[in-house]
Amino acid sequence: MSNINKRDFRQKINTYKRNPVSLILALLVILSAVITAGILLFLIGYILVKGIPNLSLDLFAWEYTTKNVSMTPAIINTIIMTLLSLLISVPLGVGSAIYLVEYARRGNKLVAVVRITAETLSGIPSIVYGLFGFLLFVVACGWNYSILAGAMTLAIMVLPLIMRTTEEALKSVPDSYREGSFGLGAGRLRTVIRIVLPPAIPGILAGVILSIGRIVGETAALIFTAGTVAKAPKGLMSSGRTLAVHMYALLSEGLYTKQAYATALVLLVAVIGINAISNFAAKKLTKE
Amino acid sequence: MNRIIEKTMKILFLLTACTSIIAVILICFFLFANGIPAIGKIGVFNFLLGTKWKPTNNIFGILPMILGSIYVTAGAIIIGVPIGILCAIFMARFCPKKLYRVLKPAIELMAGIPSIVYGFFGLMVIVPTMQTLFGGSGKGILTASVLLGIMILPTIIGIAESAIRAVPESYYEGSLALGATHERSVFFATLPAAKSGILAGIILGIGRAIGETMAVIIVAGNQAVIPSGILSGVRTMTANIVLEMGYAAELHRDALIATSVVLFVFILIINLSFSLIKRRER
Repeated sequence: MSNINKRDFRQKINTYKRNPVSLILALLVILSAVITAGILLFLIGYILVKGIPNLSLDLFAWEYTTKNVSMTPAIINTIIMTLLSLLISVPLGVGSAIYLVEYARRGNKLVAVVRITAETLSGIPSIVYGLFGFLLFVVACGWNYSILAGAMTLAIMVLPLIMRTTEEALKSVPDSYREGSFGLGAGRLRTVIRIVLPPAIPGILAGVILSIGRIVGETAALIFTAGTVAKAPKGLMSSGRTLAVHMYALLSEGLYTKQAYATALVLLVAVIGINAISNFAAKKLTKE
Repeated sequence: MNRIIEKTMKILFLLTACTSIIAVILICFFLFANGIPAIGKIGVFNFLLGTKWKPTNNIFGILPMILGSIYVTAGAIIIGVPIGILCAIFMARFCPKKLYRVLKPAIELMAGIPSIVYGFFGLMVIVPTMQTLFGGSGKGILTASVLLGIMILPTIIGIAESAIRAVPESYYEGSLALGATHERSVFFATLPAAKSGILAGIILGIGRAIGETMAVIIVAGNQAVIPSGILSGVRTMTANIVLEMGYAAELHRDALIATSVVLFVFILIINLSFSLIKRRER
């Protein structure tokens, strides 16, 4: 809005005096924004204030025992789980996005089906993923509760997210890049890999980092796929709980409120950090 | 040589694009193949409309859980939608630029906070508040609704905000020119035009709320009976699965999978109406 519509404070008060409805609406709007921001600030503040005093070296001991309730094995599991899920879902998600944006012709029937199924996948609740992973990977494949079964389940869960963000990143690359590359005689594959992908990488990265956030925070999909063993895994086929599952276990046992505060703090800080990095990557994309 | 590489890579990309199709087919197959026979064995009416859930006596009626999911979701909508839409209006039309730069990432962060952390927050803050306000255990429909209402805020705000921003500026300007105030123009000219986008946001919020598991388990009380009031404990379909899957066997296990089939069908209907509204918008 330009200066033409600028009014000083007294003029505003006068308008509101003449239009009480407007005043009420304005107050309601501001009130809800304050409530929303207030809830978030309160939640973060509460977990910080209650969590920091409960942090102790014991909580980060190398081995989990019922005495120290260490979260180190859970943190190790979370990192392994995240890497493994991304290892599966990033190539698949980026590959499908490349096909949808760069290869498929307009009006391709397959593209419509892929879009619909991806949308369906993104709406499925995590507990349904958990049951599906249990039935397919744990029971039918016979992998038992294992890191691998959990990672496969999570990989399918974050696939639509990676697909969508990659698609958007690829679409934001100007067509002139492609035309220039084709004009110089490059084939489609070379154009995609050497010309289109590099400027899209910050956008893809932002999506991948968001998926990391979802993987780190996921509980329901993992309880019946990766299990709840509180140890660092010996291999991909052994069970292990991630940090979020660890926290659920602490809460359901009901004895470890203090440790739960500390775990919540670690989870929250991790998620805030992940979001900040993702925003940073996305900003880099829009700048270029 | 180059040609062969081009061709194989094209096929490879095509195959990766099929992953999501295969995933949906597999999910449908495994859920239905395990759930439908169980529903058949229990009897459709006994299963969907049965009011008693007693796995030890082989009685599997999930009506209490279906109602539980619906009540809790409805409560979340009543609490979350008004605040969410008003906040979206603030973000799109009232917010100073500097504040927006802080508020937007904050709301995105809200969507990223793990549900188990929300659940913990609910247990430590909302449950005791309800105890002092209304007495009793503090766990129940109202508590779960408040917590879910908070959790669906970022979904509703995000979609409603972009819907409001998509309304042509001329609507707002025309209304201003006719002498309406800023608030009246936003509420009575811009907002009605963003109706279907906002509705899509609400539907997505419903999907989030009905599928939410971990936060609800912690604060809802989890009694598998039809709730008698908004303060009484309630068990949702999602909670039912997580609570009993760990030790369930045979028909009991299949009945839980059948519960997820019912949940899945709910979600499919919600998704379908979401994409229908989005398509109509275009």
